[in-house]
Amino acid sequence: MKEVTGIKEYIKPENLAYRKSSLLTDDIMHYCPGCGHSTTHRILAEVIEEEGIQHDTIGISPVGCSVFLYNYIDIDWQEAAHGRAPAVATGIKRLLPEKFVFTYQGDGDLAAIGTAETIHSCNRGENILIIFINNGIYGMTGGQMAPTTLPGMKSSTSPYGRDVATMGNPLKITDIVATLPGTYYVTRHSVHTPANVRKTKKAIRKAFQYQKLNRGTCFIEVVSNCPSGWKMTPVQANRWMEENMFPYYPLGDLKAPEEEKVQQPKTE
Amino acid sequence: MKGNEAVAEAAIRAGADGYFGYPITPQSEIIEYLMEADPAKTTGMVVVQAESEVAAINMVYGGAGCGKKVMTTSSSPGISLKQEGITYIAGAELPCLIVNVVRGGPGLGTIQPAQSDYFQAVKGGGHGDYHLIVLAPASVQEMADFVGLGFDLAFKYRNPVMILSDGAIGQMMEKVWLDPPKKRSDNIPGWATTGKPAGRKRNIITSLELDPFRQEVFNRKLVAKYNEIREKEVRYEEYQCEDAEYLLVAYGTSARVCQKTVQLAREQGIKAGLLRPVTLFPFPSKRISELSTRVKMALAVEMSAGQMVEDVMLAVNGKVPVHYYGRMGGMVPTPDEVVENLKERIIGG
Repeated sequence: MKEVTGIKEYIKPENLAYRKSSLLTDDIMHYCPGCGHSTTHRILAEVIEEEGIQHDTIGISPVGCSVFLYNYIDIDWQEAAHGRAPAVATGIKRLLPEKFVFTYQGDGDLAAIGTAETIHSCNRGENILIIFINNGIYGMTGGQMAPTTLPGMKSSTSPYGRDVATMGNPLKITDIVATLPGTYYVTRHSVHTPANVRKTKKAIRKAFQYQKLNRGTCFIEVVSNCPSGWKMTPVQANRWMEENMFPYYPLGDLKAPEEEKVQQPKTE
Repeated sequence: MKGNEAVAEAAIRAGADGYFGYPITPQSEIIEYLMEADPAKTTGMVVVQAESEVAAINMVYGGAGCGKKVMTTSSSPGISLKQEGITYIAGAELPCLIVNVVRGGPGLGTIQPAQSDYFQAVKGGGHGDYHLIVLAPASVQEMADFVGLGFDLAFKYRNPVMILSDGAIGQMMEKVWLDPPKKRSDNIPGWATTGKPAGRKRNIITSLELDPFRQEVFNRKLVAKYNEIREKEVRYEEYQCEDAEYLLVAYGTSARVCQKTVQLAREQGIKAGLLRPVTLFPFPSKRISELSTRVKMALAVEMSAGQMVEDVMLAVNGKVPVHYYGRMGGMVPTPDEVVENLKERIIGG
């Protein structure tokens, strides 16, 4: 087997379908093959760069698979305790209201242990962006049941499938925050096809532009996969996600403002 | 003014940037005072009522990570909830001020004053090897003074500072001299996350290190910091210790009781003296050790089941007997009952 020596050996003209954002560091991402995190990181870095806000943006990384997000995007970061990212973001944004503040959280972080912080920061209408990666499983700790695990779905703590009678129902937290007057823009996307990646990127761009206008909380759910936790190949995982996750978590806007048109960057 | 109000007014005057709290008796006057004073309009200080103590301390984490002067206040059950955030703040080496207006426990306990959170405050409180700098006010004046001092120490050492008060001092009314208002500082430390300008490396506020070797290096750095604090920041007050044969050790409300105890004892011919630790971490162990070579006995007086007495024992290290006298559950000892206990100890040896 060929030894992996670094990112540089992959940087060849035939591999360069997209330009690499200057905000992405050279650290090799630790994600499993096929995982949606790396794609979401990439478009997040691209939007921050294209909007020219890298000197004014503070990100909050969660506890979960994306805990090391601060190693991959070259901006200032705070690493929050499990579930507390929206509270940390509130503290930052209240003291630095002119800066751009976002959290990046998984389903366990945002919709289980951090439910109170999520709901209340959205309810206060904190002028922040919350990016919510929902893959229905705890990836980092080895595939346990998440608040968003589908009924019947197997995980290491629901080995016979999630029994809603004893384990509760999957929580549609995005639907909940969309009902709160403090949220301005609530939308659900995916990053498993190039078309969906473009839509998600546009949503992230909108959210930062709304933040500049002090509109309130923007909340973007990315329905994603976990090939390792789901014990599938990346292709199988994406197919399973389309067939099972999307019916329960349908893609599209849950709350979309009518007024502003999003300014596209000149580079695109 | 009330001790709680003194904390709030002193915070505005100290140029605090942010307060994040959740109401709990017996300290709700702090957030009430701040909301009424509305310092956002004058100094620009932000005041937020959070959805929980957990959220409040994490807002403090966020604000402290931006290099701002931020604080939270609570009482015992609320401080327990904050412990997660406090250990993260200690692990990320962030400066902040935490005020605990202690009430009796465990559990919901009472709303009356107690000193039963000593171990939690002084030994760490949350998980992992860390210390807070702990200041113990014994008057409304010190409630006010320790806010500015607390912020100074927090930034000097990049370490959370706790004012360990109690329900009596929080609720008590006394005259207080307040410092003239200071403007909020524009000085932002180099480690703060404020948005990364071109040419500087990105700042990351975190307490995570997966490599055990590097984590131990960091732990050693913290230990060195705590040792420096032990060396330089010990504060205490002595009352009639010069010729004392019996040494009382007490802080906060108990120290006020013991000051009267010393007077009563001396009226009865018992040469008592009082050492009042002002810092509980660092503890005045060295001074207690010195005094223990000259006295016949030490008596730790505290409103708990006997917590600080363990640190007095460590300091005395067997040179003379060390006893404990205390009340619990929100009861405050009277000077008379402390004198009686002291006399029993003297007769009992």
